[in-house]
Amino acid sequence: MSEATEETAPITLYRLQACPFCERVVRKLDEYDLDYHSRFVEPMHSDRDVVKRVSGSRTVPAIVDDETGVTMSESANIVEYLDKAYGGDN
Amino acid sequence: MDLGFDVVDLPETDHPTEGDEVPDFTRPLVTDEQWEDVSLSQLAADRPVLLVFHPMDGAFPSTYIWNELRDRAFDADHDLQVVGLSISSPYEHMSLIDERGMEYAVFSDPQNGVAERYDIVNDLDGMTGVSEPLPAVFLVDEELTIQYAWVAEEWPDFPDYDEVAEAVDSI
Repeated sequence: MSEATEETAPITLYRLQACPFCERVVRKLDEYDLDYHSRFVEPMHSDRDVVKRVSGSRTVPAIVDDETGVTMSESANIVEYLDKAYGGDN
Repeated sequence: MDLGFDVVDLPETDHPTEGDEVPDFTRPLVTDEQWEDVSLSQLAADRPVLLVFHPMDGAFPSTYIWNELRDRAFDADHDLQVVGLSISSPYEHMSLIDERGMEYAVFSDPQNGVAERYDIVNDLDGMTGVSEPLPAVFLVDEELTIQYAWVAEEWPDFPDYDEVAEAVDSI
C-alpha cells in the first residue's frame, strides 16, 4: 500500500521515521487495506512547519483524507476515525 | 582542470544519451522540510527535468556542483525543474539543501539502484561495499526523452555548465 503515489492515494500520512504513534496508524491503514501516501518529516518538532500548515499542529502522525475531507492529528483520534469511517460496521 | 598531471580516467559505460528515453524510477524525493516517494515521470509530467547525479552529500564536488546550479538558477527563466540524486540519506539531503541555500529537491538512493539502471555506477575505491552514481546530468522532456546528457569521464569531473545552459535554452 505504501507504494501508492500522491495522485493515486486518497490518504496522505505525515509521519516520522520509527515513531510508534505513526506505526500505530500505519497498522490500522493496513488493516483496512487503505491506499495511503507517506510524507516523512523532520525529527525536530520546531522544524515541522509543513505539518503545521496542513493540520494546524506540528505533531505527527497527521492524516489528510481526500475522500472525506478530514484532516486530523493524534494517533488515538486517527485510529478512532479510521475505525468509524472504514471499519466494517457501518 | 589543468593540474599538471593526468587525472584518473573512468571506465566507459553504456549510459543512455540524447534521443534515448531514460528509465523511470521512484525514490524518496527530499525537500527542506519533508520527503515522499515520487517518480521521475511524475515530475516530468509537469515540466522538463534537469536530473543531476552527484557524489554523496558533503563531498567537495557536490558542494561545487550545487553552488554553481544554485547561482545559475536555470529554473528561474526557463520552464524547467532542477532535481538532484545521490546515495545520501534524506536527513543528509535536508542538511545539504539547508547549507547550500538551494531551493531544489534531491532524490535519495542509498542502494544506488538508479545509477545501475542508467549504467553510471562509480565503485568507490577505498570504500568497500560503497558505490554511487558517476557525476552526470540528464535534461529530459515530458516523455523522459533525453535532450542533453553529460556523464563524467574522469575523476573528478564537473558538468560543462555553459553547455548545460545552451541545452536548457533550447527547450
